[in-house]
Amino acid sequence: MKVGAVIREGIWERNPVFVLFLGLCPVLAVTTSLKNGVGMACAATAVLICTNTIISAMRKIIPAEIRIPCFIVIIATFVTLVDLVMKAYTPALNEALGIFIPLIVVNCIILGRAEAFASKNSPGMAVGDAIGIGLGFLIALVIVSGVREILGAGQIWGVNIFPQAFYDKVFAPIGVMVQAPGAFLALGCLLALFAHMDNRRVRCEREEAALPWVDTMDEILRKVPEKKKKKKEE
Amino acid sequence: METFGQLVAIVIGVIFVKNYVLARFLGLCPFIGVSKKTDAALGMGMAVTFVMTLASLVTWIIHRYLLIPDSSNLIYIIAHAFKPDVVPEDFNFVSTLRTLTFILVIAALVQFVEMVIRKVSPPLYEALGIYLPLITTNCAVMGVAILNSQKFFDAGGEGAPLAWSFIFALIQGFCAGIGFTIAMLLMSGIRERLEILPVPKAFRGVPIAFVCTGCMALAFMGFVALVKS
Repeated sequence: MKVGAVIREGIWERNPVFVLFLGLCPVLAVTTSLKNGVGMACAATAVLICTNTIISAMRKIIPAEIRIPCFIVIIATFVTLVDLVMKAYTPALNEALGIFIPLIVVNCIILGRAEAFASKNSPGMAVGDAIGIGLGFLIALVIVSGVREILGAGQIWGVNIFPQAFYDKVFAPIGVMVQAPGAFLALGCLLALFAHMDNRRVRCEREEAALPWVDTMDEILRKVPEKKKKKKEE
Repeated sequence: METFGQLVAIVIGVIFVKNYVLARFLGLCPFIGVSKKTDAALGMGMAVTFVMTLASLVTWIIHRYLLIPDSSNLIYIIAHAFKPDVVPEDFNFVSTLRTLTFILVIAALVQFVEMVIRKVSPPLYEALGIYLPLITTNCAVMGVAILNSQKFFDAGGEGAPLAWSFIFALIQGFCAGIGFTIAMLLMSGIRERLEILPVPKAFRGVPIAFVCTGCMALAFMGFVALVKS
């Protein structure tokens, strides 16, 4: 498999939000404006690239039995770094994203990629995977936050997009779209749109497809490492 | 009496007004993932409540005595015993270790709770066991610890006395779990009915679940006036 294919797969076929339904908390919480959405996606992608690289480089050193605690420590370290950098250089954005920056550490996407991809592939491939998944996450956040900002405030990136007369006479911002219920409604409708567009409804209809989080986490946290299994059999 | 009023405000505020799932967007993965059946939803809710309460307790202690760089910091006290000229300001770096410490404490706590429940109460393990490993990466548990550390842990310094800050944190943890369980139960009830309804094809599964959650969140917005923010 080539790096390009891995990146494309992350953006489209394995889009973390629209296909795998992973990492949904920030997708809903910080998408009140496009600026916040892009900021969150960049922070998460930075963490993902760093952790994927380090974990992939260390995959032969980390013992299989304690790999999850190791991954968590590595992820938490980079989240702290990103948090501190954002506090120093983009304090307003850091304030707007609030607790969702430290909460990147429990984002299922990051741990999921560490276990499913980085711990089995070379650093180059792991970086490609991180970029693909990160771009997929960015695209999802841009779409959700763009829709919410246009409907909820009539703006994009804080700038009015319609002529002034339109705001005066026709347009009334749907305030609820930038509040909690609007997030759920927007994401629900967007997921349906994607399912319709891409014929992915087949995935959605499957019984287990509705539980990808349980599957992913169950696989990560409970699977007995293969080496250990072999030893037991012997 | 005033602190008692605060306590009631926290209970109502965390369960209804700022429900962790419906208003704060925490713990959405299990909310969508495990809410297909009512039994599973109840089990997950109970497990989360249990772990959240314990996590609030443990993280409060750790935050108060390890992560705040003042004269009651344990690292400072130990260092001071060996080297009398150190001052609390030398340990300002400890506050940056919050994310790392909290996630490790929660992960260890979940493992520990799983072991204890398996030994002590097999029936309880049957009911909660399969959900416990999933809780490590539940952002609601981490979220309650971080929110506690932002809001209540410092209360020991000025306003409320230290003991109240501890109780506030504990109550917030417990009520956040109750709010989570209520949201899960409501959602599982709705989804069990959705199974037999003629939902448009594209909306089946997760999309319609989100639309329903949006309607629930709209309803929960009605509670906003209950508590002064």
